[in-house]
Amino acid sequence: MTTPAAASVRWRLRQPSVIPGFGLTLGFSLAYLTLIILIPLSGLLWRTASLSGSEFLSILTDERTLNALKVSFGTALAAAFINVVFGVIVAWVIVRYEFPGRRIIDAVVDLPFALPTAVAGIALAALYAPNGWIGRLLGYIGVKAAFNPTGIVIALVFIGLPFVVRTVQPVMEEIDREVEEAAATLGANRFQTVFRVLLPGLAPAILTGFSLAFARGVGEYGSVIFIAGNIPYVSEIAPLLIVIRLEEFNYAAATAIATIMLSIAFLMLLVINLIQAWSRRRYGHGA
Amino acid sequence: MAHDVPSRRLRSPTTEAPAARYALMALALLFLALFLLLPLAAVFIEAFRKGTGEFIAALGEPDTLAAIRLTLIVAGISVPLNLVFGVAAAWAIAKFEFKGKAFLTTLIDLPFSVSPVISGLVYVLLFGAGSALGPWLKSHGIEVLFAVPGIVLATIFVTFPFVARELIPLMQEQGNGDEEAALSLGATGWQTFRYVTLPNIKWGLLYGVLLCNARAMGEFGAVSVVSGHIRGLTNTMPLHVEILYNEYNFVAAFAVASLLAGLALVTLVVKTLLELRYGADIAAGRKH
Repeated sequence: MTTPAAASVRWRLRQPSVIPGFGLTLGFSLAYLTLIILIPLSGLLWRTASLSGSEFLSILTDERTLNALKVSFGTALAAAFINVVFGVIVAWVIVRYEFPGRRIIDAVVDLPFALPTAVAGIALAALYAPNGWIGRLLGYIGVKAAFNPTGIVIALVFIGLPFVVRTVQPVMEEIDREVEEAAATLGANRFQTVFRVLLPGLAPAILTGFSLAFARGVGEYGSVIFIAGNIPYVSEIAPLLIVIRLEEFNYAAATAIATIMLSIAFLMLLVINLIQAWSRRRYGHGA
Repeated sequence: MAHDVPSRRLRSPTTEAPAARYALMALALLFLALFLLLPLAAVFIEAFRKGTGEFIAALGEPDTLAAIRLTLIVAGISVPLNLVFGVAAAWAIAKFEFKGKAFLTTLIDLPFSVSPVISGLVYVLLFGAGSALGPWLKSHGIEVLFAVPGIVLATIFVTFPFVARELIPLMQEQGNGDEEAALSLGATGWQTFRYVTLPNIKWGLLYGVLLCNARAMGEFGAVSVVSGHIRGLTNTMPLHVEILYNEYNFVAAFAVASLLAGLALVTLVVKTLLELRYGADIAAGRKH
């Protein structure tokens, strides 16, 4: 196999290019990535691997761990659903309607990206606590919106909203109006056009937004702990339990919970990605 | 994308009835008011609840000033480092075709899908007393955890992807043509970067740095795990907000929080202006 033809298709790391600096920039990037991200993260896996199977299992099946995981994943799912509904409405209003202050509303959607989570946390707690502006109103109708799982959902709705709006919005802007016109000429009313023509096409983008909001919600800490009340077994989230175990110097438990959280989150993202690939083939506007 | 609707008098078949339109608008605005605008307003109202004098007094506290200083130091170290990384990574990924590129891009995004608490935890496991490095560091008098280096590392971890993520799609879209022209005219690699690439990417770069900085100054979870919460020494502004809040010192907590909220507002305004004015120059980076 030493013919010239074989030599020319031999394996090479990169395509030839006249641009300089490949070795320098890639080398630096890889070194930095390894030092900051890969070594610390593999340390977590290594620590987990050094736990015995029974140790790991007893941490995982601990009642408090199970409840914390249930609270984290449950509230993140609920918040992601709420965000999908309102995120799509907000994106629709911004993309389709002209009204004064539209640009400001568009900019405000990014607030949760820019506002530090601790600030969001104390602000939401001040509003939704039983003696807060909104909390007091909700109290009259018998709803308690802070210091319980509802409070966690409120914080996660705040955190997750821009993920849905910012993924759906650009795809909505690209929708070809002819599709809607075609639906209308074929006798569809507006309701049918929106729900049977437009929304299915947005499904891949909506799913992406959902999974981003969900993933962020599962790991969220700063905005949640102020409004959650942090009652063990009831409104204690998994990241907080990691912090508590660390403060007790129980590194094994902290590590195990972290690994379980990462694994479940990655697994769910994988499933969502598969559904998304399927829905993109089936309906996609090319999202 | 030209959709000309000749007459507004008849409802176009591609929009909703006025009633539905107003209902949707009202719903969206109500939702945004309840979840975004009111919390933002609450921060400032609570901060000034007892008047401007109390507000200024709260900010003049030595521990608060120390927290502000530490936050500036931490952002001052971690943002430039991630800036250099972002430019280098974007250069390697956008200008060259090589094996494993997609995988590298995925790895760069990894910190976004890791809980902030876990981002802090990994450094505790790496440098803490129970780790392989811990005893060695201790015997050499090097403090990483519960000290500034740990806070900087955790901040770098959580803000790692911001600059790279803005630049990679932007530089990919711009292609290699300009750089190849400069090189063929005899420019050195550095000159090409300095006089050709940098002007092309400067607005996207500023955009990325802005987001990176906002997150670096506001990071709570990761920093909370590695900081040790030593007042006046290892408390950043967000951590200080938590301490004041837990002490029921609400005016001071919201006063410090209002500074951070002010930073967020400035970030949003500059971001919006950049998008309006240089939309095309940073557009590629906006499509996530």
